[in-house]
Amino acid sequence: MSREAYTPPSLNQNTAGAGSSQPNAFAIGGTGNTFEDTSKPVQYLCGDCDTKVTLKKGDPIRCKECGYRVLYKERTNRMIQFEAR
Amino acid sequence: MPSWAPLTEEQLQQRRIVNVNAETVTDTAATDIPNHYGPAQDDSWNLDQFRRNLKVEFHHNKPYDAAFSLIGVDASIANAFRRILLSEIPTLAIEDVFFFDNTSIIQDEVLAHRLGLIPLTGGHEGLRWMHWYRKPPPKDDYAAQAAWEAEQEAGEASAGASVPNDYNTVVLHLNVECRWATEEEDGRDGRQLAKEGSTDPKEKYVNSSVYAHQLVFDPQGDHQPKLFAGENRIRPVNPNILIAKLRPGQKISVRLHCIKGIGSDHAKFSPVATASYRLLPDIKITKPITGADAKAFQKCFPRGVIGLEDDAESGEKKAVVVDPFKDTVSRECLRYDEFKDKVKLGRIRDHFIFSVESAGQFESDELFIDSIRLLKAKAERFKRHLSELEEGR
Repeated sequence: MSREAYTPPSLNQNTAGAGSSQPNAFAIGGTGNTFEDTSKPVQYLCGDCDTKVTLKKGDPIRCKECGYRVLYKERTNRMIQFEAR
Repeated sequence: MPSWAPLTEEQLQQRRIVNVNAETVTDTAATDIPNHYGPAQDDSWNLDQFRRNLKVEFHHNKPYDAAFSLIGVDASIANAFRRILLSEIPTLAIEDVFFFDNTSIIQDEVLAHRLGLIPLTGGHEGLRWMHWYRKPPPKDDYAAQAAWEAEQEAGEASAGASVPNDYNTVVLHLNVECRWATEEEDGRDGRQLAKEGSTDPKEKYVNSSVYAHQLVFDPQGDHQPKLFAGENRIRPVNPNILIAKLRPGQKISVRLHCIKGIGSDHAKFSPVATASYRLLPDIKITKPITGADAKAFQKCFPRGVIGLEDDAESGEKKAVVVDPFKDTVSRECLRYDEFKDKVKLGRIRDHFIFSVESAGQFESDELFIDSIRLLKAKAERFKRHLSELEEGR
């Protein structure tokens, strides 16, 4: 089994039972059972020149401006809650 | 001395003294307990007598630092006030931090903690109006979770709602982004200044430091805009608290939920920086100390405690007690043989010198009144429970 074909178990499969494709209230991470959308381009930041680099699946990991090979993932745009304690 | 003899004023005063000796401290416990001095004396508690003896004298009363003497109460009462001041008077503080963006070098959890410790203030009427917010227990505490659910089902959640609303939550915003200073917006070109060798971030960038005054109050609902209007808005007590440092391109965007809480839950809710008391020192010179000895004796105490007076008998200077309030009871004078049996150190057991330093939400003197009110409410609750016990409910 290749790495791409493997789908990690999600809460949906356990609580809603097999065959149910309806969104479940107990699902924590989204409705689908795919772990991550691999076709969508992802933005990275170049470690050297700090420009935004858009990479798709299979693209070489390289900055398009300066050729630097260290790219940083951007911070999530989701809200994160913390306790001020 | 037989205990049935009528007591002189001096003897009564002596009962108030805690003796501080070179190595030991004696008579620390209060003696005004019924039958302590035998059955012949009436030591029962008397309201009129208490009222006569009780005194409150202010030494200074600044909003954030009050000092006063509370005279004529038991240590347990004075200590109850102190403990209530520290941990039971409710105040408003930041509790939940919602991060939309934080690209600064300070980590989310550390920034959240820093924000929580910022003392807030606002209109007192509004702050007292604030309702309680009951926080659901953490998800991994199953026992508390079960108890919580049972309580919710039974409908006993009387002490405040567990969902944030405009009655129990105050919302603040902090949105700061750092950038290079530009000619058109700031009248100076940060990049040019950097080339010329400027190393001052305040000069080169805009918003390089995030301060507490950049917190923006966002009133919710119908009551908050009225209660926290204008001068009464929720704001940090000290506007120049440094929250974080930024560099161009970095951004902090957070929403803050402030709730009412008490100091025993978290120190950020404590209304005082500190509240403490000490007992008034008592120095008695039993035999005259004169001449060079008097000078040396004066040196054993902090400045202003011991004064020198002309003594008619010996024609020399004599040491007299001027102001025992300033003494620290270091016992330095007890180390020297020349003062042996000439001085008696002590403290007055029922003279409490309180020092209340408010963190800024309320005034110090107001906090002390609040502590009395709270102790009274607790006593009344206790009495009610006792009478319920008596009635067999």
